[in-house]
Amino acid sequence: MAFDSWQEVIWMGGYGFYVWLAFGVSILAIAILVVHGLLTRKKLAQMAVKKQQQQQRIARRKQQERHRSMVTNDSTS
Amino acid sequence: MWKWLHPYAKGEATYRLLGLWQPWLSGLALVFVTVGLVWGLFYAPPDYQQGDSYRIIFIHVPSAMFSMGAYTGMAIAALIALVWQIRTAEWAIAAIAPVGATLTFVALFTGAVWGKPMWGTWWEWDARLTSQLILLFLYIGVLALYYAFNDARTGAKAAAILALVGVINVPIIHFSVYWWNSLHQGATITKFEKPSMPPEMLIPLLISIAGFLFLTAALITQRLRNEILKQELHRPWAMEKLGVEANHGV
Repeated sequence: MAFDSWQEVIWMGGYGFYVWLAFGVSILAIAILVVHGLLTRKKLAQMAVKKQQQQQRIARRKQQERHRSMVTNDSTS
Repeated sequence: MWKWLHPYAKGEATYRLLGLWQPWLSGLALVFVTVGLVWGLFYAPPDYQQGDSYRIIFIHVPSAMFSMGAYTGMAIAALIALVWQIRTAEWAIAAIAPVGATLTFVALFTGAVWGKPMWGTWWEWDARLTSQLILLFLYIGVLALYYAFNDARTGAKAAAILALVGVINVPIIHFSVYWWNSLHQGATITKFEKPSMPPEMLIPLLISIAGFLFLTAALITQRLRNEILKQELHRPWAMEKLGVEANHGV
Protein backbone atom coordinates (compact mmCIF):
# COMPACT_ATOMS: atom_id res chain seq x y z
CA MET A 1 0.00 0.00 0.00
CA ALA A 2 1.32 3.42 -0.94
CA PHE A 3 -0.63 5.09 1.91
CA ASP A 4 -0.44 4.76 5.70
CA SER A 5 -4.07 5.51 6.54
CA TRP A 6 -7.49 5.88 4.94
CA GLN A 7 -7.30 9.61 5.54
CA GLU A 8 -4.23 9.73 3.33
CA VAL A 9 -6.03 7.67 0.69
CA ILE A 10 -8.83 10.25 0.60
CA TRP A 11 -6.38 13.16 0.74
CA MET A 12 -4.23 11.78 -2.15
CA GLY A 13 -1.30 14.06 -1.36
CA GLY A 14 -3.54 17.11 -1.79
CA TYR A 15 -5.02 15.92 -5.12
CA GLY A 16 -7.92 13.99 -3.55
CA PHE A 17 -10.63 16.20 -5.09
CA TYR A 18 -9.28 15.70 -8.63
CA VAL A 19 -8.48 11.99 -8.35
CA TRP A 20 -11.81 11.03 -6.77
CA LEU A 21 -13.80 13.31 -9.08
CA ALA A 22 -12.15 11.66 -12.12
CA PHE A 23 -12.72 8.12 -10.83
CA GLY A 24 -16.25 8.82 -9.57
CA VAL A 25 -17.59 10.43 -12.74
CA SER A 26 -15.93 7.80 -14.98
CA ILE A 27 -17.42 4.88 -13.05
CA LEU A 28 -20.81 6.63 -12.96
CA ALA A 29 -20.77 7.21 -16.74
CA ILE A 30 -20.01 3.55 -17.45
CA ALA A 31 -22.58 2.39 -14.88
CA ILE A 32 -25.26 4.52 -16.60
CA LEU A 33 -24.36 2.88 -19.92
CA VAL A 34 -24.70 -0.63 -18.42
CA VAL A 35 -28.01 0.16 -16.71
CA HIS A 36 -29.37 1.75 -19.90
CA GLY A 37 -28.54 -1.47 -21.77
CA LEU A 38 -30.34 -3.58 -19.16
CA LEU A 39 -33.40 -1.29 -19.25
CA THR A 40 -33.49 -1.49 -23.05
CA ARG A 41 -33.69 -5.25 -22.83
CA LYS A 42 -36.51 -5.01 -20.31
CA LYS A 43 -38.39 -2.64 -22.61
CA LEU A 44 -37.89 -5.07 -25.51
CA ALA A 45 -39.38 -7.86 -23.42
CA GLN A 46 -42.45 -5.70 -22.73
CA MET A 47 -42.75 -4.95 -26.45
CA ALA A 48 -42.56 -8.67 -27.17
CA VAL A 49 -45.39 -9.39 -24.74
CA LYS A 50 -47.52 -6.70 -26.39
CA LYS A 51 -46.75 -8.09 -29.82
CA GLN A 52 -47.68 -11.58 -28.69
CA GLN A 53 -51.03 -10.40 -27.31
CA GLN A 54 -51.69 -8.59 -30.57
CA GLN A 55 -50.93 -11.75 -32.55
CA GLN A 56 -53.22 -13.77 -30.32
CA ARG A 57 -56.04 -11.25 -30.76
CA ILE A 58 -55.67 -11.42 -34.53
CA ALA A 59 -55.62 -15.21 -34.44
CA ARG A 60 -58.77 -15.34 -32.31
CA ARG A 61 -60.60 -12.92 -34.60
CA LYS A 62 -59.63 -14.93 -37.66
CA GLN A 63 -60.88 -18.10 -36.03
CA GLN A 64 -64.19 -16.45 -35.13
CA GLU A 65 -64.64 -15.19 -38.65
CA ARG A 66 -63.89 -18.62 -40.05
CA HIS A 67 -66.38 -20.13 -37.65
CA ARG A 68 -69.05 -17.57 -38.51
CA SER A 69 -68.63 -18.03 -42.24
CA MET A 70 -68.90 -21.79 -41.75
CA VAL A 71 -72.14 -21.36 -39.81
CA THR A 72 -73.66 -19.07 -42.46
CA ASN A 73 -72.62 -21.47 -45.20
CA ASP A 74 -74.38 -24.26 -43.36
CA SER A 75 -77.60 -22.26 -43.01
CA THR A 76 -77.76 -21.29 -46.69
CA SER A 77 -77.13 -24.76 -48.06
CA MET B 1 -13.82 -19.40 -48.44
CA TRP B 2 -16.09 -16.91 -46.69
CA LYS B 3 -18.89 -19.43 -46.39
CA TRP B 4 -18.36 -19.95 -42.66
CA LEU B 5 -18.94 -16.25 -42.12
CA HIS B 6 -22.21 -16.20 -43.95
CA PRO B 7 -24.55 -17.42 -41.19
CA TYR B 8 -23.42 -14.52 -39.00
CA ALA B 9 -24.98 -12.08 -41.42
CA LYS B 10 -28.22 -13.41 -39.96
CA GLY B 11 -29.38 -11.95 -36.68
CA GLU B 12 -30.11 -15.15 -34.81
CA ALA B 13 -26.68 -16.77 -35.33
CA THR B 14 -24.85 -13.59 -34.30
CA TYR B 15 -27.10 -13.20 -31.27
CA ARG B 16 -26.26 -16.75 -30.15
CA LEU B 17 -22.51 -16.31 -30.68
CA LEU B 18 -22.48 -13.00 -28.78
CA GLY B 19 -24.48 -14.68 -26.04
CA LEU B 20 -21.67 -17.23 -25.62
CA TRP B 21 -19.07 -14.46 -25.33
CA GLN B 22 -20.94 -12.02 -23.14
CA PRO B 23 -20.52 -13.67 -19.70
CA TRP B 24 -16.79 -14.21 -20.31
CA LEU B 25 -16.21 -10.67 -21.52
CA SER B 26 -18.19 -9.19 -18.63
CA GLY B 27 -16.39 -11.34 -16.05
CA LEU B 28 -12.93 -10.59 -17.43
CA ALA B 29 -13.78 -6.89 -17.63
CA LEU B 30 -14.91 -6.80 -14.02
CA VAL B 31 -11.82 -8.65 -12.73
CA PHE B 32 -9.21 -6.77 -14.79
CA VAL B 33 -10.70 -3.30 -14.32
CA THR B 34 -11.07 -3.82 -10.56
CA VAL B 35 -7.53 -5.18 -10.13
CA GLY B 36 -6.02 -2.50 -12.38
CA LEU B 37 -7.81 0.42 -10.72
CA VAL B 38 -7.37 -0.78 -7.11
CA TRP B 39 -3.67 -1.44 -7.77
CA GLY B 40 -3.25 1.91 -9.45
CA LEU B 41 -5.15 3.84 -6.80
CA PHE B 42 -3.78 2.26 -3.63
CA TYR B 43 -0.62 0.26 -4.34
CA ALA B 44 1.30 1.96 -7.15
CA PRO B 45 3.92 4.44 -5.86
CA PRO B 46 3.26 8.20 -6.24
CA ASP B 47 4.95 9.99 -9.13
CA TYR B 48 8.06 11.99 -8.20
CA GLN B 49 6.77 15.02 -10.15
CA GLN B 50 3.00 14.77 -10.14
CA GLY B 51 2.50 13.15 -6.74
CA ASP B 52 -0.78 11.24 -6.46
CA SER B 53 -2.57 13.23 -9.18
CA TYR B 54 -1.04 10.96 -11.84
CA ARG B 55 -3.30 8.09 -10.65
CA ILE B 56 -5.93 9.46 -13.04
CA ILE B 57 -3.82 7.86 -15.79
CA PHE B 58 -5.23 4.42 -14.91
CA ILE B 59 -8.59 5.49 -16.32
CA HIS B 60 -7.49 8.25 -18.70
CA VAL B 61 -5.16 6.26 -20.96
CA PRO B 62 -7.29 3.09 -21.33
CA SER B 63 -10.50 5.05 -22.02
CA ALA B 64 -8.74 7.24 -24.58
CA MET B 65 -7.21 4.20 -26.29
CA PHE B 66 -10.50 2.40 -26.70
CA SER B 67 -12.42 5.54 -27.61
CA MET B 68 -10.26 5.46 -30.74
CA GLY B 69 -10.27 1.65 -30.99
CA ALA B 70 -14.07 1.57 -30.85
CA TYR B 71 -14.25 4.23 -33.57
CA THR B 72 -11.97 2.16 -35.81
CA GLY B 73 -14.21 -0.84 -35.22
CA MET B 74 -17.29 1.23 -36.00
CA ALA B 75 -15.72 2.48 -39.24
CA ILE B 76 -14.95 -1.11 -40.29
CA ALA B 77 -18.57 -2.07 -39.55
CA ALA B 78 -19.67 0.95 -41.60
CA LEU B 79 -17.52 -0.15 -44.55
CA ILE B 80 -18.98 -3.68 -44.40
CA ALA B 81 -22.50 -2.23 -44.12
CA LEU B 82 -22.01 0.01 -47.16
CA VAL B 83 -20.19 -2.46 -49.40
CA TRP B 84 -21.88 -5.77 -48.58
CA GLN B 85 -25.19 -4.43 -47.26
CA ILE B 86 -25.00 -6.71 -44.23
CA ARG B 87 -27.60 -5.64 -41.71
CA THR B 88 -25.72 -6.96 -38.68
CA ALA B 89 -22.92 -4.53 -39.57
CA GLU B 90 -25.45 -1.68 -39.69
CA TRP B 91 -26.67 -2.61 -36.23
CA ALA B 92 -23.08 -2.79 -35.00
CA ILE B 93 -22.72 0.93 -35.81
CA ALA B 94 -25.63 1.71 -33.48
CA ALA B 95 -24.17 -0.62 -30.82
CA ILE B 96 -20.64 0.79 -30.89
CA ALA B 97 -21.44 4.54 -31.05
CA PRO B 98 -22.85 4.99 -27.51
CA VAL B 99 -20.02 2.92 -26.01
CA GLY B 100 -17.41 4.92 -27.91
CA ALA B 101 -19.07 8.21 -26.98
CA THR B 102 -19.02 7.28 -23.29
CA LEU B 103 -15.34 6.29 -23.46
CA THR B 104 -14.55 9.56 -25.25
CA PHE B 105 -16.42 11.52 -22.58
CA VAL B 106 -14.51 9.65 -19.84
CA ALA B 107 -11.17 10.39 -21.55
CA LEU B 108 -12.05 14.08 -21.95
CA PHE B 109 -13.39 14.43 -18.41
CA THR B 110 -10.48 12.67 -16.68
CA GLY B 111 -8.12 14.69 -18.86
CA ALA B 112 -9.72 17.97 -17.80
CA VAL B 113 -9.68 17.00 -14.12
CA TRP B 114 -6.03 15.98 -14.45
CA GLY B 115 -5.16 19.10 -16.41
CA LYS B 116 -6.47 21.50 -13.77
CA PRO B 117 -3.89 20.68 -11.06
CA MET B 118 -1.03 19.92 -13.51
CA TRP B 119 -1.43 22.50 -16.31
CA GLY B 120 -3.47 25.00 -14.35
CA THR B 121 -6.43 24.79 -16.73
CA TRP B 122 -9.41 22.50 -17.28
CA TRP B 123 -9.36 23.00 -21.02
CA GLU B 124 -7.04 24.26 -23.73
CA TRP B 125 -7.84 24.44 -27.44
CA ASP B 126 -4.79 22.47 -28.45
CA ALA B 127 -4.56 19.76 -31.09
CA ARG B 128 -4.92 16.64 -28.93
CA LEU B 129 -7.80 17.96 -26.84
CA THR B 130 -9.67 19.50 -29.77
CA SER B 131 -9.37 16.41 -31.98
CA GLN B 132 -10.62 14.24 -29.12
CA LEU B 133 -13.59 16.58 -28.70
CA ILE B 134 -14.30 16.21 -32.43
CA LEU B 135 -14.33 12.44 -31.86
CA LEU B 136 -17.14 12.91 -29.33
CA PHE B 137 -19.08 15.03 -31.83
CA LEU B 138 -18.56 12.39 -34.53
CA TYR B 139 -19.98 9.68 -32.28
CA ILE B 140 -22.98 11.88 -31.43
CA GLY B 141 -23.43 12.73 -35.12
CA VAL B 142 -23.38 9.06 -36.13
CA LEU B 143 -26.01 8.24 -33.49
CA ALA B 144 -28.17 11.22 -34.45
CA LEU B 145 -28.10 10.24 -38.15
CA TYR B 146 -28.83 6.59 -37.34
CA TYR B 147 -32.07 7.50 -35.62
CA ALA B 148 -32.97 10.56 -37.73
CA PHE B 149 -34.89 8.81 -40.51
CA ASN B 150 -38.26 7.10 -40.57
CA ASP B 151 -36.69 4.41 -42.72
CA ALA B 152 -34.13 2.67 -40.49
CA ARG B 153 -31.98 1.53 -43.43
CA THR B 154 -31.62 5.06 -44.79
CA GLY B 155 -30.52 6.18 -41.33
CA ALA B 156 -28.03 3.34 -41.06
CA LYS B 157 -26.56 4.23 -44.45
CA ALA B 158 -26.21 7.91 -43.59
CA ALA B 159 -24.62 7.02 -40.24
CA ALA B 160 -22.24 4.59 -41.97
CA ILE B 161 -21.04 7.29 -44.39
CA LEU B 162 -20.34 9.73 -41.55
CA ALA B 163 -18.60 7.00 -39.52
CA LEU B 164 -16.41 6.13 -42.49
CA VAL B 165 -15.49 9.73 -43.36
CA GLY B 166 -14.83 10.55 -39.72
CA VAL B 167 -12.23 7.81 -39.32
CA ILE B 168 -9.65 10.29 -40.66
CA ASN B 169 -9.84 11.87 -37.19
CA VAL B 170 -8.38 8.78 -35.49
CA PRO B 171 -4.82 9.09 -36.85
CA ILE B 172 -5.08 12.86 -36.35
CA ILE B 173 -5.74 12.31 -32.63
CA HIS B 174 -2.91 9.81 -32.41
CA PHE B 175 -0.27 11.93 -34.12
CA SER B 176 -1.55 15.32 -32.94
CA VAL B 177 1.02 15.48 -30.13
CA TYR B 178 3.83 15.08 -32.68
CA TRP B 179 2.46 17.20 -35.52
CA TRP B 180 1.58 20.26 -33.46
CA ASN B 181 2.92 21.89 -30.35
CA SER B 182 0.71 20.51 -27.66
CA LEU B 183 0.30 20.86 -23.95
CA HIS B 184 -0.39 17.14 -23.96
CA GLN B 185 2.52 14.77 -23.42
CA GLY B 186 3.57 12.13 -25.94
CA ALA B 187 2.90 8.42 -25.67
CA THR B 188 3.87 6.75 -22.40
CA ILE B 189 3.82 3.24 -23.82
CA THR B 190 5.05 2.59 -27.35
CA LYS B 191 5.63 -0.66 -29.15
CA PHE B 192 9.11 0.15 -30.32
CA GLU B 193 10.75 1.91 -27.42
CA LYS B 194 11.18 1.20 -23.77
CA PRO B 195 8.15 2.53 -21.87
CA SER B 196 8.87 5.73 -19.98
CA MET B 197 7.35 4.27 -16.84
CA PRO B 198 8.70 2.01 -14.09
CA PRO B 199 7.12 -1.47 -13.83
CA GLU B 200 5.38 -0.65 -10.52
CA MET B 201 3.23 1.81 -12.48
CA LEU B 202 3.31 0.09 -15.87
CA ILE B 203 1.93 -3.28 -14.73
CA PRO B 204 -1.29 -1.90 -13.18
CA LEU B 205 -1.70 0.37 -16.23
CA LEU B 206 -1.42 -2.61 -18.59
CA ILE B 207 -3.92 -4.57 -16.46
CA SER B 208 -6.30 -1.61 -16.60
CA ILE B 209 -5.85 -1.37 -20.38
CA ALA B 210 -6.68 -5.08 -20.73
CA GLY B 211 -9.70 -4.51 -18.47
CA PHE B 212 -10.97 -1.64 -20.61
CA LEU B 213 -10.53 -3.78 -23.73
CA PHE B 214 -12.78 -6.47 -22.22
CA LEU B 215 -15.15 -3.79 -20.89
CA THR B 216 -15.48 -2.16 -24.32
CA ALA B 217 -16.12 -5.55 -25.93
CA ALA B 218 -18.67 -6.52 -23.26
CA LEU B 219 -20.57 -3.22 -23.56
CA ILE B 220 -20.67 -3.45 -27.37
CA THR B 221 -21.83 -7.08 -27.13
CA GLN B 222 -24.65 -6.11 -24.75
CA ARG B 223 -25.86 -3.32 -27.02
CA LEU B 224 -25.50 -5.29 -30.26
CA ARG B 225 -27.59 -8.13 -28.79
CA ASN B 226 -30.27 -5.60 -27.82
CA GLU B 227 -30.19 -4.06 -31.29
CA ILE B 228 -30.53 -7.47 -32.98
CA LEU B 229 -33.53 -8.31 -30.77
CA LYS B 230 -35.11 -4.94 -31.50
CA GLN B 231 -34.74 -5.34 -35.26
CA GLU B 232 -35.86 -8.99 -35.28
CA LEU B 233 -38.68 -8.60 -32.79
CA HIS B 234 -41.20 -9.66 -35.42
CA ARG B 235 -39.52 -13.05 -35.72
CA PRO B 236 -40.50 -15.97 -33.45
CA TRP B 237 -36.91 -16.66 -32.28
CA ALA B 238 -36.47 -13.14 -30.94
CA MET B 239 -39.76 -13.28 -29.05
CA GLU B 240 -38.79 -16.61 -27.54
CA LYS B 241 -35.47 -15.17 -26.41
CA LEU B 242 -37.39 -12.44 -24.61
CA GLY B 243 -39.39 -15.03 -22.73
CA VAL B 244 -42.53 -14.94 -24.85
CA GLU B 245 -44.07 -17.93 -26.61
CA ALA B 246 -44.54 -16.74 -30.18
CA ASN B 247 -47.48 -17.90 -32.26
CA HIS B 248 -46.00 -19.91 -35.08
CA GLY B 249 -47.67 -19.95 -38.45
CA VAL B 250 -50.43 -17.49 -37.67
